[in-house]
This record gives sequence, structure tokens and C-alpha cells, in this order.
Amino acid sequence: MIQLFAFYMFATIVILAAVMVILARNPVHSVLWLILAFFNAAGLMVLVGAEFVAVLLVIVYVGAVAVLFLFVVMMLDIDVASMRAGFVRNAPLGFAVALVLLAEMVLGFGAYRAGGLALGTPAAPSQALPGLSNIQNVGALLYTRYVFLFEMAGLILLVAMIGAIVLTHRDRRGSAARQDIARQIGRKPVDATVMTRPKVGEGVEL
Amino acid sequence: MTEFFVSLGMAYGAAWFLATVLGILLIALPLMLAVAMVIYVDRKVWAAVALRRGPNVVGPFGLLQSFADGLKVFLQETIVPSAANRGLFLIAPIITFTVALLGWAVVPFGPEAVLADINVGLLYILAVSSLGVYGVVIAGWASNSKYPFFSALRAAAQMISYEVSIGFIIVCVILWAGTFNMNGIIAAQQGHGLGVINAFVVNPLLFPLFVMFLISALAETARAPFDLTEAESELVAGYQTEYSSMSFALFWLGEYANVLLMCALLAILFFGGWLPPVDWAPLYLVPGWIWLFAKIFFFFFVFSLIKATVPRFRYDQLMRLGWKVFLPLSLFFIVINSGWLMATGHFGAGS
Repeated sequence: MIQLFAFYMFATIVILAAVMVILARNPVHSVLWLILAFFNAAGLMVLVGAEFVAVLLVIVYVGAVAVLFLFVVMMLDIDVASMRAGFVRNAPLGFAVALVLLAEMVLGFGAYRAGGLALGTPAAPSQALPGLSNIQNVGALLYTRYVFLFEMAGLILLVAMIGAIVLTHRDRRGSAARQDIARQIGRKPVDATVMTRPKVGEGVEL
Repeated sequence: MTEFFVSLGMAYGAAWFLATVLGILLIALPLMLAVAMVIYVDRKVWAAVALRRGPNVVGPFGLLQSFADGLKVFLQETIVPSAANRGLFLIAPIITFTVALLGWAVVPFGPEAVLADINVGLLYILAVSSLGVYGVVIAGWASNSKYPFFSALRAAAQMISYEVSIGFIIVCVILWAGTFNMNGIIAAQQGHGLGVINAFVVNPLLFPLFVMFLISALAETARAPFDLTEAESELVAGYQTEYSSMSFALFWLGEYANVLLMCALLAILFFGGWLPPVDWAPLYLVPGWIWLFAKIFFFFFVFSLIKATVPRFRYDQLMRLGWKVFLPLSLFFIVINSGWLMATGHFGAGS
């Protein structure tokens, strides 16, 4: 009873929030609605007993990805009037995209009504190991059965990370903004100061 | 507590509901009291380091200062700037405050005294603490003012950076404890140091991680020396600039509740939580929550001393420390820790 109530609550909020992501005028509001959707999707995960996935969803998507979205969107200075100015010019393109989407939807639902596509099923579907918690189950599967796919995903992420660093890296050598911490700490008073006793009227040679 | 209500003749569902509500009140109300007192302690320590007296007028030794301040802000008018985004402006402090309380749901105060004894307790805390940034970011944006906005940008980048190293440090502790459950982590520390000391911190492979976690906790809660989000010499009061009255007080309460949560996390992950410091039978007669509170207050004292003595970091130095020092070091320690545990057969023969 309470599970059903929780499910319909989470599901309704996910859908409403997803609709609001599109409808909200202000992009910052859109991102905040998106966060609400993520959050309630995590609630749905808890309901099906996948608490590890739920917490990961919150940590990764709500805690990191959405913060970066918000970070970027907040800095946009969006002028609603200038966006509306291009409406007539862009309308044909918009209609074309909408038409394609509509056609795909009709086609998809039509094909679905004609009967599902026969997909192959794995010879022995992986069973949850009894007596182990959610995390241990995920770990046991990930590091034995799917270890190759898992490692490959890791490798792809590593390549993406290196690519991002290479694209944004600037060589700062010779620039005043560069800071060499070891050199700063290694600096002694002797290197920077000098004791002199200049005669009156002579000044100091530096 | 549920069993107690069931024994009184209630249905299980109703008993569970009542027990949970009571549990929440039993955590939240003392926490608010603790936050009030801890603000007083913070100011007293800060004053003592600066050779001042600190609050000493309201009540004996100034003990009631925080309550006087609370009453003061309660009676003030809530001002919403006319150019602010009204809804978000008012929601932001509520988010900060609520999220600061959420984490306490999984903190164990004793072997049985925990509101939600879930499998993924530590991950839950990590998830909740990563939500804390939203209060700050939304406040900074909704204020529609320059300084709060700068503060919000700083907060977003800073908290993401230090969450990364906190995550890796937690992984090392998990490797030793073998569970994400908070009580399990505490139980794993019993007699960890030569069979006598109940703490992970005496382990030479975990001690450097404790130091890194302490510093990352300071950065994650935006405490001095990492309080760049409210650096008064640069940003007035950061994201709190436009706030007044209770909405300001909610930020304040949430911030200190977060600091206490980080202190509790330090106590639980590295100092044995509710276990007494030494594995000696008579010490177990003292209730567990007293040990936990003693450890939390010790760490809060350390936080206060750091606030009083260490000058503020510059923003690029903060980023450098997070990404170029802590991230590689914590990754290195994951390799060292897991390698050591594999070599010594900690995980068993493997199933």
C-alpha cells in the first residue's frame, strides 16, 4: 500500500519535473527542475531495492553533474527578448524537427503494437547472489562476468579525461601568473635581502 | 524503540512511525542546542587566541549569547531584495538547513542508537554532503547581486574539488572496514591498534588519510582557512550578503550543523566513533554517545583553533591543493592500502 503510494508520488514528480525542465522560461529554473527529477528517480531506485544505484545517482548526477550544469547556466546572461526575436526565422526549422519527432513516435508505437522485436537473451541470466548485500552483488558481477566491459568503460573515461585536459591546458611558463610553490618555500632571507651601510648622500647600488 | 511501542500494544506500522518521529526529534532538537552552544565555543576559542574575552554579558560566562542572537534575528524583518528571484531566494536557506540535518540520520550514537541503520550509510552521507552546495549556489544566484554570485561560483567549484578527494579517502577506510555500514565501520576499529586502541588513525597507512580528510572537511564545509565563499575582505559576506533575519539564521545553523557532521565523521571513520579510545572493559561502562560527543567536541576545538590561527588561502592555492596534491596522494594511498590488504590476505581466499 505505502509502496504503491510512494511509487506514484515519485513517478508523478519525475514526470512533472521533466515537463517543467522543458517549459521553464529561465534556464536556471530548468536545471533545478532537472535536479528534482534526478532526485525522485533515485527514490524510484530505492523502491526497487537498488539502494546503491540510488545513492550513486544522487552523488554523481545531483552532486556533481548538475552542479556543473548550474555553474555554466548561471553564467549565461540570457535576454528573453532577443531570443524571441529569432522566433519567426527559426520557426520552419523547429517545425521540421517536431515533424521528425512526431513521425518517429508514430512509427515506434505502431511497430510496438505490431509485436515486440525478438531480442536474444543471454544463455544464463545473471542471478543475484543470495545472502549478499546490494553492493557486494554489483561488485561480484562487475569484476567477474563483466570485467572486460567494465575495464573498457574505464579506459574510455580515461581517454575522455586526458582529451579534456589536453584541450584546456595552457602552458603558463614565463607568465607572471605562474606560481612555483617549491621555489617560493625554498627562498631564504639571504637571497632576498642585503645589509648595507651606505654613506650619507651616496645611496644604494642594487 | 519500535519494539517498546509494540510491547505497549500498538500495531507495528504505527509503532514504527511513532518511533521514527521520536528518533528524528531526539536527534534534531539536541543538535540545534549543540549548534547554539558550539557557536558560543567557537567565539570563545577565537577570542582566547586573540587575547579577548569573547561573549561574556548574556547569562553566566555569556553562555546564553547564542540564544540572545537567535531571539534577535527571529524578531527582525525578512527583507527580500526587489530584483531577487523571490521563490529561490527564500528556498535556498531552507535547503541548506534541511540538508545539514539529513546527514545525521545515519550517524550511530551507540550500538543500537541509530535512526537509519542502512547498508550504504557512508555513501548516503557523501551524497547528502554533496547536496549542501545547492543552498549556497541558489542563494548566490537568486540574490541577483554581484558578490553573492561570485561566492556561489567559488562554492560550486570548491565543493566539487574536495568531494573527489574525500571520496577516495573514504574508499581506503571502506577497504579496511569491509562495509559501508556506519556501525560496521566502527566495529571494525575495535582493538585495531595492537589489539588495544580502538581507532583506525593509529594505522600508519591510514594516518596520512586522516590528515587529508581533516583538511578536506575544512574545505568542504567552507571553514577557515578555506572560507573563500564568505571572505569578508573580498566578497562582503558572500552568498549571505542579501539575507537577513531567520533566512540568515538558517544559513548559520546549517553551516554549523554541517561542521559538527564533519567532526562526527572524523570521529567515526578514524577515531572509533562510540567506542572508548582503549579496548579495556571498565571503559565500556560509559555510554557510547558520551565517547562520540567527546570526540566530536575535540575535533570542533581543532576546527576552532585552525580558524583562529591559519590565514585564508588564495583561490588558486585552494584549487591547486585539491587537484594537484590531494587527488594524486589519495589515489596513491588507495593503491598502497589495497595492495597491502591483498598482500596480507585481509580479504580472505576470495569466493
